[in-house]
Amino acid sequence: MSGLVPGLLPGLLPVPVFLPLIAAALAALLPARARAWLGLATVACTAVVVTAITAGVAGLPGRGSGEDALSLALAGWEAPVGIVLRADALSAVLLLLTSVVGLVVSVHALAAGRDADALPSMSSLYGGPAFWPLWLALFAALNGVYVTGDLFNAYVMLELLTLAAVSLVALGGRAGNGAAAAALRYLFVAVVGSLLFLMAVALVYAEAGTLDLPLAAERIGPGPLLHVALALALVGLAAKFALFPLHSWLPVAHPAAPAAVSALLSGLVIKAALFLLWRLWGILGPVAEPVVLQGLGLAAGAAGSIAVLWGSFMALRRRRLKPIIAYSTVAQVGYLVLLLPLTAGPVGADAFGAGEGSGPGWTGGVVLVLAHGLAKAGMFLAAGNLALAYRGDRLRGLGGAVTHMPLTVATIGLAGVSLAGLPPSLGFAAKWQLLTSALAGGQWWWVPVLLLGGLLTVAYTALMVRATFNQPGGPDAEPPARRLPRTLVLGPFVLAAGSVLLGVAPAGLLEFLGSGTGDVTAGAGDAPGAAGDVPPSGAAGGDGS
Amino acid sequence: MTGTGSSVEYSVIPYVMLLTSLLPGLLIFTLREEQHRLRIGLNLAGALAKIVLVVLLIPPVVAGSTLRASFSWAPGLDIVFTTDPFSLFFVALSSGLWLLTTIYAIGYLEDSPNRSRFFGFFSLCVTATVGIALAGNLLTFLIFYELLTLATYPLVAHRGTTKALRGARTYLAYTLSGGVILLLGVVWLTLLVGPVEFTAGGVDAVAELAAERPGTATAIGALLLAGMGVKAALFPLHGWLPIAMVAPAPVSALLHAVAVVKAGAFGIVRVVHDTYGPELSASLGLLPALAGVAGFTIVYGSVRALTQDDLKKRLAFSTVSQLSYVALGAALVAPMATTGALVHIVHQGIMKITLFFCAGLFAEVLGRHRISELDGAARRMPLTALVFTIAALGMIGLPPTAGFLSKWALGAGALDAGQPWVLGVLLMSTALNAAYFLPVIYRIWLPERDHAGDTGDAAADDPGEAIGDGGAGATADGAEEATGHTAGAPDAGTSAEGSAAAGAPAAPHGRTPARRLEAPAALLLPALVTGALVLLLGIAAGWDYSPWTLARMIAETGYGGEGG
Amino acid sequence: MTVSGLPELMTVLACAVLVIGLSAHLLVADLFRRIISLNVASGGVMMLLLVLAVRGPGDQDPDPVPQALVLTGIVIMAAVTGLALALARRVEDPADEDDRDEETP
Repeated sequence: MSGLVPGLLPGLLPVPVFLPLIAAALAALLPARARAWLGLATVACTAVVVTAITAGVAGLPGRGSGEDALSLALAGWEAPVGIVLRADALSAVLLLLTSVVGLVVSVHALAAGRDADALPSMSSLYGGPAFWPLWLALFAALNGVYVTGDLFNAYVMLELLTLAAVSLVALGGRAGNGAAAAALRYLFVAVVGSLLFLMAVALVYAEAGTLDLPLAAERIGPGPLLHVALALALVGLAAKFALFPLHSWLPVAHPAAPAAVSALLSGLVIKAALFLLWRLWGILGPVAEPVVLQGLGLAAGAAGSIAVLWGSFMALRRRRLKPIIAYSTVAQVGYLVLLLPLTAGPVGADAFGAGEGSGPGWTGGVVLVLAHGLAKAGMFLAAGNLALAYRGDRLRGLGGAVTHMPLTVATIGLAGVSLAGLPPSLGFAAKWQLLTSALAGGQWWWVPVLLLGGLLTVAYTALMVRATFNQPGGPDAEPPARRLPRTLVLGPFVLAAGSVLLGVAPAGLLEFLGSGTGDVTAGAGDAPGAAGDVPPSGAAGGDGS
Repeated sequence: MTGTGSSVEYSVIPYVMLLTSLLPGLLIFTLREEQHRLRIGLNLAGALAKIVLVVLLIPPVVAGSTLRASFSWAPGLDIVFTTDPFSLFFVALSSGLWLLTTIYAIGYLEDSPNRSRFFGFFSLCVTATVGIALAGNLLTFLIFYELLTLATYPLVAHRGTTKALRGARTYLAYTLSGGVILLLGVVWLTLLVGPVEFTAGGVDAVAELAAERPGTATAIGALLLAGMGVKAALFPLHGWLPIAMVAPAPVSALLHAVAVVKAGAFGIVRVVHDTYGPELSASLGLLPALAGVAGFTIVYGSVRALTQDDLKKRLAFSTVSQLSYVALGAALVAPMATTGALVHIVHQGIMKITLFFCAGLFAEVLGRHRISELDGAARRMPLTALVFTIAALGMIGLPPTAGFLSKWALGAGALDAGQPWVLGVLLMSTALNAAYFLPVIYRIWLPERDHAGDTGDAAADDPGEAIGDGGAGATADGAEEATGHTAGAPDAGTSAEGSAAAGAPAAPHGRTPARRLEAPAALLLPALVTGALVLLLGIAAGWDYSPWTLARMIAETGYGGEGG
Repeated sequence: MTVSGLPELMTVLACAVLVIGLSAHLLVADLFRRIISLNVASGGVMMLLLVLAVRGPGDQDPDPVPQALVLTGIVIMAAVTGLALALARRVEDPADEDDRDEETP
């Protein structure tokens, strides 16, 4: 097996990008019914390829000594000029997440489409036949972001992603429910973000003379140009993944879209911009002046902290399912950027190293992305199901759903458990790692945010679940207006349950992610050593909270 | 002492013990409402299997061999299950009471909707409790501690009434906040000393930490104890317990006796005795603080119980008070006090579950919830009244009940530990216990008044369940809840949904006692069994495997040579 | 060979165009104006990339890579503008009444 790895596996890297891209073009030409099957088949094939790539990354002999990624120079043009595709553990995990969520959403859309002939409102679950080519293009763009090692290529993929995502949001517009306006707002913010990112790319190129990220890190030196580039990338990408002051488009765009699209947007699309930011941070960050990097990280962390509180607070004030879930995404994004200050902290043990990061903060962040991707996608799909069955997603109209659609309500509950980071979910594993990292690095001020955010998540999840209880004797005790086919109910449940069950034994995943620099597996041995690193202020702060 | 030749061996038995309730629970979720035979079968099979396992395990564990199971959860962090004597002690309590509560619940929820959901979560609760008991380190403990919170929430909210949902929300807010505090403590401690496993008498690594940085060690210990204190209902973290009593009677039994509060008390003992060690906790100042809080809670809970007219609410405040005996015993550095704490976990559980069973019976059969309505209940239900009386006397601490034993041990332990003030607390609490239980007993055995026993009246009185003087948070809402409840009540009979959700006890007309028995057998039998146990455990304390003997054994191992 | 100082001047100009475009985009309410100002801003970024081509490594021939990037960038902006115009038309369509039911609790 390992003999095959060098030859065959890197050749698979372009497949997750080009296969869906070709399928997207094809799908645009096919009749509606064939589109769905083509789409599902494409996603399934890609999922198989992605699994092989992941296995390949896991089996790389040089993991821990720099050779931790599969790479392929497109058309034989090597790095300074050509485009290099690259997949390491982080890419592999995100590719896998994209395929898994994509597969479930595809099945969901296919099932909804099959029944749409009999029941036209079913198409509101996924947006009609135009969904398929757009989704396949989105899929290609996501995979492209994760495997590319080239900055400009990343920009192109990000723009393809934006175009596809915005068009998908617009699919939600039937009788003018504001989907077009929401989509346009999304487009504006995303394009501004892209321009800032492109500016950052240009600056890096000006300094390094190459667009290949690892190569640029070698050529570039600490200086104002690099710092401006990092700041621009932070702001530009933050707009795309809706970090706090730049978040206002998300709670408009995500609920306006059809349920399947909301699931894709919240579960997957924001992760692409986040991934790029982490990548830049991980590879270019160590070159920059530590003070600047910490300053930027602190700013991002502060914005993230406000996002956690503000998003949760707004979610608690909403009275409809989809806006609640959308604001929840705003809050969760806040968690995900906490990674930046945590990994750029003063303690070297948890900084991004040559192998692009290790340590509990880093793995915690990545695991959180997985947990959020699975849980949020499941939650949005389940909310769509409830909205369809009860003719709208107002909390007031959902009474009795816990009896009549228990699996759907359980989906929302389980997803909430994972989002809140309660055991035994994957979210808990992530939160454990992040807390460990914050305490070990003496950055105890993030601890209250992490803990409070979890409680608030429970609060708005409970708000949604509570609304489905039947008020005795009330008018809501009747069964829902429509019954849904089993496939539509099971898919989201599988996602949410997966997000919880993966947390029962996440050791394999954490090792896969953390072995970038090799010695993380000896966490127990490290722990007492880390004890000495916690400054006394850490003790005092934790006491106070 | 028996536990000298100790040995640890790897075994899958701990997993099996978890699965005996997890699997039935998961299967029950998939059952349709009308498959009640299969559901009952699964429930009882799981409960019996667990009990058989426990019974088989007791002799070898007492003889000193421990089973251990673990797997890697994160790099350097393991999930560990062990069957040390203290684990088994708790598992035996919860699985025994689980069986009885299940039988009771089957009878109680007959014909009400959403039973699959109820029993599914019920089994999950017990799984979580067993996980807590078997947890070999703080990480494992934490995971199951939180799981217990989550699994209990749907049970408290089960009826879906505004009041039930509000109670469930309060419950969730308190317990999850406690969980968060605990999480912080556990992460911090694990970061500093590694994933330490519970060791009788304290962990060496923790002692080293305390020697190096006493401030940090104290802070972590305070976090851990505060996190446990929420579930153990220590003042001022007790507010959820009286409010959560809106839940159906079997759930109250679960909260007060089988699982939730016990998990908190168990956790306190685990932290004090098996993580920090009693001497270290005392020297860090944790124990005096804990003893002070516990002592205050004992008196406070009793005083609050005095003023409650709602029977379940009075019992709830009684739990607040009684549970702090455990915390108090754990906070005294003396083997006898520890013995008292441990044995009171079992004794309080059995006595309190008996009382809740009886309260449920009175509500279910006679439709009476308030103490002022209970006149003459003994004439209608002599057995229930007898059992209630025994358990209440046990709570007061009269010999020969089990309750006497725990109080005596605590008192003796307090003297050993040189803390005579505890005796004062115990005496005051005993007087208060008598003050709030004797009137209830008196009323039950009083001749029936003309009107109060009328079933129709009782049903009409039911909305009064929301009495004005609620727990910490409910006071202002009393009136509002009462009206909400009245509005719901007339509909109760009209739709099947409504009647069950409005609360089975609120519909006495739906439940006429069988001709020969005073109450449905499934409700009466568990109460009789636990009532008998209250006496039996007091009388047969000297038996080799009685809770008393086991508690002494566990307590003495914790003190090493000094305790013998 | 380049005129000395010209690349610097161009850089400043490019940044100015970007800032002007972005400010207009953020300050203007009319959808079509916002789309156009976005295009102006993108022009600034493209200019910057072209300046980079002049200042290519080795100070000899212009660097072809940034020019390729600019071409790609222009194509992408065209696509974005097309989509934005299509959406804007749907938003402005009077038949498309906007009745989002965001509740005020």
